[in-house]
Order: sequence, then C-alpha cells, then structure tokens
Amino acid sequence: MTVGFVMMCHTALHRAAQVARYWAESGAPVVIHVDARVPSKEYSALGKSLADLDTVSFSKRYKCEWGTFSLVAAAQSGAEQLLARHADVRHVFLASGSCLPLRPVEELVDYLDARPHTDFIESVTTAEVGWTVGGIDMERFTLRFPFSWKKQRRLFDRYVDFQRRIGVKRRLPDGLVPHLGSQWWCLTRQTLSAILEDPDRPMYDRFFKRVWIPDESYFQSLARLYATSIESRSLTLSKFDYQGKPHIFYDDHLQLLRRSDCFVARKIWPKADRLYATFLAPRPAVSPPAEPNPAKIDRLFSKAVERRTKGRPGLYMQSRFPRQDQENGKTSAPYSVFQGFSDLFENFEGWLAKYVVARVHGHLFGHDRAEFAGGETMFNGCLSDSARLRDYNPRGFLTNLIWNARGERQCFMYSPRDNQSIDWFTATDPNAQISVISGAWAVPLFRSNRNFRDIRREAARLQRIETYHLDILRSMYVKARVRIWTMADFIENPMEPLQTIIDEISPRSARRLTEAPQMVDLTGFGQFLQNLKNQGMQPRLMGDFPVGDDPQPKHTRRGRPYLVK
Amino acid sequence: MERRRRQLRAFRKRRELRIVIDRTKAIAPSDILAFVTLRNERIRLPYFLRYYRNLGIKHFLIVDNGSDDGSDAYLEAQEDVSLWSTGASYKASSFGVDWLNHLLRHYGTGHWTLTVDPDEFFVYPFCDTRPIEALTDWLDTYDIRSFPAMLIDMYPKGPIDAVPYREGQNPFEIASWFDAGNYTIARNWYFQNLWIQGGPRARMFFSKTPEAAPSLNKIPLVKWERDFVFASSTHMLLPRGLNMVYDEWGGEKASGCLLHAKFLSPLTAKVAEEMKRREHYAGSREYAAYQETLSAEPDLWTKWSEKYINWRQLEILGLMSKGNWA
Repeated sequence: MTVGFVMMCHTALHRAAQVARYWAESGAPVVIHVDARVPSKEYSALGKSLADLDTVSFSKRYKCEWGTFSLVAAAQSGAEQLLARHADVRHVFLASGSCLPLRPVEELVDYLDARPHTDFIESVTTAEVGWTVGGIDMERFTLRFPFSWKKQRRLFDRYVDFQRRIGVKRRLPDGLVPHLGSQWWCLTRQTLSAILEDPDRPMYDRFFKRVWIPDESYFQSLARLYATSIESRSLTLSKFDYQGKPHIFYDDHLQLLRRSDCFVARKIWPKADRLYATFLAPRPAVSPPAEPNPAKIDRLFSKAVERRTKGRPGLYMQSRFPRQDQENGKTSAPYSVFQGFSDLFENFEGWLAKYVVARVHGHLFGHDRAEFAGGETMFNGCLSDSARLRDYNPRGFLTNLIWNARGERQCFMYSPRDNQSIDWFTATDPNAQISVISGAWAVPLFRSNRNFRDIRREAARLQRIETYHLDILRSMYVKARVRIWTMADFIENPMEPLQTIIDEISPRSARRLTEAPQMVDLTGFGQFLQNLKNQGMQPRLMGDFPVGDDPQPKHTRRGRPYLVK
Repeated sequence: MERRRRQLRAFRKRRELRIVIDRTKAIAPSDILAFVTLRNERIRLPYFLRYYRNLGIKHFLIVDNGSDDGSDAYLEAQEDVSLWSTGASYKASSFGVDWLNHLLRHYGTGHWTLTVDPDEFFVYPFCDTRPIEALTDWLDTYDIRSFPAMLIDMYPKGPIDAVPYREGQNPFEIASWFDAGNYTIARNWYFQNLWIQGGPRARMFFSKTPEAAPSLNKIPLVKWERDFVFASSTHMLLPRGLNMVYDEWGGEKASGCLLHAKFLSPLTAKVAEEMKRREHYAGSREYAAYQETLSAEPDLWTKWSEKYINWRQLEILGLMSKGNWA
C-alpha cells in the first residue's frame, strides 16, 4: 500500500516538476493539476520534463481563482484520476506546487501504514475558528459571493453588508455540518471515494459552488460525514499570517524545517536552492518515524505576526510610528519622576540611588542641559545632554532614553522650572510613576540670594506652572501612578511615602529605609511665605506653614514607620 | 500638481544627460535595478558594485556628474553598467533627482528599483542569507510597493582622516561605529512621510540648530511605475501613499537601513571641494558645518557608540524591523 499525491500547480513549475519526480521515483504516484491560466508553452515543457515517469499524470485543467469552487473541482478530478489509475494507493495527499517533502516518502508510508484508517484533515466547526479572513466564518455558507474578494473588494463588501441587512440565509443541505480547515489534507481511499462517489454529490457541489473559499470547507465538511477516524490536523506544515497569506520558507530555515519532523512543508520560495537540494537528495528512512513537531516553527511565525500587529512597546522608528493612543506602550519600561524632592532634600539623587536598583538622573529636562546620572554628558545610544537637541523633540528624547536603557529602571527629577512639554505624555503613560511634593519649588527661592521682587515674580510663575501640571495629574485621563503631597504634609512624615515609592520601584529588594534623606534647613520658611503673601502673591501649593512654627528637620526615624511599637 | 511639476522637470533635464554606454538592452523583465548619481567616487566604486552584485542587483544605471578621477572610464568597462554623463549643475537638477526621475521612468518602470548613493549600503532583514529578490518577491505577495531604509551614519574611532580607505575595502572595517538611539521622528502630514533626524551629524554639527540637521528617512527600494517621482532626494516619493511605509496602529512594518559610509577618508579634501562647488542642499550648510568642525579633527566616536555587527543587531536596537517576515 502506498500514498499518492495530487499536486496543484500554478507557478514555478520547474520546482513542482522536481518534487513530482522525487515522489514518483520514491514509488508514490503523482497526479498534477496545472492551472488553466498557465501558458501552454510552460505546460508542455512541464509535461516533457516528466515524460519519462509513467506514474506521473496530468489531470483536467481548471482555471483556478482564489476563493472559488474551481480549486475544489481541480482537486476532485485530480483525486478521481489518482484513485482510478493507481489501485495500490490507500492515502491521497493533496499538495501544492510549492510544497516540499521534508522526509523520505518511505517514512510517510510507514507512518500511514500504522494508521490505515485515519484521515488527516484539519476540520474545525465554524464556531471555533479564529483565523478567517474578513471575519466571515459561518456566513461563508449562508451568504452568496458572486464578486471576487481580490478584484472587486468594494462590491464584495457591499453585497455582504446588503445580505446581512436583509437577512439572507441559504439553507444548508441536510446533515451537513460546516467545518473549516487547511486545504492541504491526506485522506484514505475509503473516505475520499465516499465523498467523490456519493449519489448526493451534485447537490453538495451545487451548494459549495456558492460558498466562499470552498477549498477550505468542502472536503473538511464532507469528510465528517464519512470518515471513521479523523485526525483534525494537516500533515502539511503550512502557516498563515494575519492577512491569510502563507509564510514562506527560505534557505535559512533549513535546520528549523529539518528538526520539525513534518512530512511536507509549504510554501517554499522557488529560489531556495539549498532547501530543494537538501530535502530532495536521497536519504535513508529513519525508523521508527518521529511524530511531526512544528512547535518551533509555530513560535517563529506567531512571533512575526505579533511583531507586525503589536510591535515592540515604546519603540518609535521608521516603520513603527503609532498615532496617539495607539502606541501599545507609550514607553518601553516603567520609570519614575520625582517632582520637588531635589528641592526639599540635599542630594536626593544620591540618597535614592542607594536604595533603588535604578539609574537616578538629575533634572533631565533642566533648563541648561539634561542632567544625566553621574554628571555624564552623554547617555546610552549616544543621547546628548544638549538642551537644544532635547527640546527639539522632548518626547522623543524621553522615549529614546527609556528605550536605550532597556533592562534598567530610570528615575529622574522634575520641577516646574524644567521643560514642561512632556507633562501630558508622562501623565497618560501607564509606565510612569510620578511623585510630587507640591510647592517645594519655593525652597530654592527661599534660599536664594535674589531681590525679593524677582523672587516674587518667579514664585508666581512657578506656581502657575505647577498648578497647571497638577491639574493634568488630577484629570480623568491620567494613566500614570500619581502621588501628590503638599510640602507641609510631606515634611510631617517623609519616611512612609518614601518607603512606599521605593517599594514600588524595587518590590523584591524589600529593604527598609534606615536613614531619611537630609532635609534642607527650613528655618524661616514660614516667614518667607508670609512675606510673599504680604507682597501680594498667594503661595497655595505648599500647604500650611504657620509663621514662627518652623519645621525642624526630623531626627531620622528608624525603619518600619507603620510598625506599632 | 507637485508630481506633474517634478515629472516635467525630469523631462526637461533629460537633455542634460549624455549617454556614454547603453547596456539597458540586457535588462530582463524581472531584474532588480540600481540607480545612482555620483561624482569622483573612483576609489569607492569597486566595493560598491561588488556589494550590490552580491545582493542580487542585476543592472546599474549611473549618472556621472562630471567626474575627473577616472570613475567614468571604470564604470564604462563594467558589463552590468549603463552610464550617462552630464556636466550640468547638480543643484539645478534638484540634487540629481531630476536626472534619476527621468531614468527611473524610462528604464525602471515595472522593475524593483534601488536608488542609492555610492556611499550608501543597503541592509535589510535576512540580507546575510537571502538575496534581495527574496525581499522583493515577499513584498510583491503583499502588494507593497515601497520599502524604507533609514540612513545610519557610520564613523571611525578617532579622527575621520586618520585611517585611509583602500580601494576595494569594506568601508565599515574602518567606519564601524554608529549612534544607536538618538534619532527623533516627526510626521510630515502633507507628504505623509516621517522626518527622521539625529545621529552623529545632529549631535556634532547641528547641536545649536537641530532643525537644520540632515534628514535620515529614505525610501530607496521601490517597485517603479510610470507616474512615480522622487520629490526630495530619496526622502520622499509621490504619490504620497508610497511614503506610508510605517505602521500607525502600533505594529511594525518591515524596514531596512542604509549604512552611510560618509565619514571616511579622504573627507576633509572632499568637503573642501564641495564647499568650492556649492552644489549641495540648502546652500551646502551641511558641508559648511563640517568644514567648521572638521578643521578641529573631531572624533565622532564616544564611549556610547555602538560597533556594527550585522542586521540583527540593528533590528534588536529598534532601528529596523523584520515586520512579519520570518
């Protein structure tokens, strides 16, 4: 008993000829169907090149258009011819001209001999498939499709819409349960002849002639009526991408294909010389035959589809430039923004760097330059600290920084004195952790040696900026993890909020804070605020600082602030 | 309108081209063609031609803009080169675009065409294992007509003129470094293309005027049709739909890179000559900036520079993408 092949060819006929020869010489008869649109010159050349093989024959030619019944008709006549001419064939394998056998025919024959009554045909009920083109599954059977999907797309879509609206529903032939699946199958003589010789076949054919893409449903549905044992999978390794186009195999897939242990793969690039040379070379059969295992290839292709549809989060590049809110990740990794901390504490960056596993920058959006960690003038990816370059595209600067430092969390200081153009971007970025001590911008002013009039003006400006920023951070569009304290509240008990923030940055380190950052000397701050008020400026954001009751830098409280002693 | 204007310009400028050797009869219908304008690139040509022949380019259509270093004679002797020459102004022909638009329309129609400069080396996904035909066949199955490749400026470690380039040598043995992550992108809503700037040129020569930094976005590989035109070098094309080479919904389309071997000796001499000719874009401001900085023997290299390995590295860094090609 042996296996016979029906080959459906329309391009790269010389490759099809090579494969047909390989199968025929290994003892498997082949029936070739050549698309009627192939020029007769090429067709006769193919015939001539295979003339010396008496187990290779050609079936009646149909003009095959994608998505139409012609493909089924071609498969039917090819299969009929194969069954009629080669009585020793038990399994019929439907293949295409761009298929390539990955294992010797003997191994396939052994494999099928061990499963003499099994039909290998992927056959899934319409409710369970998730891969249909155009989102049409059950409607493939119940609507009519007189227009070509490829050439008359608009008419096609409109007519489908129209039918949906008026509620067209074709009646299915009795007993038929629509199934879908890969059009590459391997059926037993019993099942196949039952389908082909069924007295009701004209009725089924008539029905499927009006079904869309019947080559994915004709045999798949009818096999369910006759088969005794269906293995719902294809022996042909064939992967489709999200647009329903088959993935193509090239020379560099050689090892992957070899290790897949699949019997036949498609689609092979016709110029993949090495693949054809390797797999069509005579090889001894291995016994016992291994089970096909396409998992690795599956993974490769599903990753490719994911890259094409979802992309790498936070990446902006020449072929991925998402519209706003379509980013699938505005940035590539979580990061932290600290506003007001560096004003309130001496060397806050240095302190923070001790407690978190992260790169702690200064004011990245500072007026004069981007203050990279360690005072560097350049960062990963040759990102320059020039304020000019940064301000040319601040958002790009931020996304580049986060992308370039993949694998390392970034923290940076922020203040109303800095470039504000990333405010909405960070507020709506789920990767951002934004902590604000409001009003802390007044501390450097308080400690500065400037004329009070300038101070007042600057204070008013910064208050306006921060108020706007806080409005953004309190809006309903915020996706970032935002925490806001007034300066007065924060000073009251700095350890608890700091511990929370740091736990969130490095959740696993579980290190307790042992020392608080050194707070700047605020003696006279209340009076300073009162002076501002007296001058007609109303400082609102820092909370309550009564005159004379100056906050004292708290003695460092040891660890676990919420522990009840 | 803009397209018609470009076509007309190309048509007028065709008279400036004098054919030196015409081997276009040898072009087969499925051949992938390269279109090049150049001037005084003799020393770089052998490697350039070898590189693209290896990728599977079948014919080179080259405009020689008044070379006097023997480039023309060398090219004339190559079996797969058709050569035109012109003494006319590079600037007046929209920096060579008019000439190439004419040749593309005439010879490129129906072919996959690669339009590059002699110092640009096209890198695409799997270029080390698959010929360029594999890429164009794949693009054909998706009816994709244009393929982007961003310009990556490559530079050596140390002063640019320190190590001389030898004829036939891979330029990236010397200029093997590049900037990995300082590119900024803006969208040009009118032409639909992305405007990419950055890299060593932006940070070295244009840190005061970033908006003047050179554009790095390019679309060199196009399945040419009669009514296509390049609007501004190979940065953008008309009709505008051809510029939509990027995904807007979060996914990645396939893309490549053009490795740019510009910062390679003898650069200082070349810059001096180009400044004298003043035939480059925007009053040769780019060259003016180079001259200013080059006199101080600058080192474009930094400790954050990335050393070029292969296309996979560029893909991991996010400078190009395989898209759904696997």
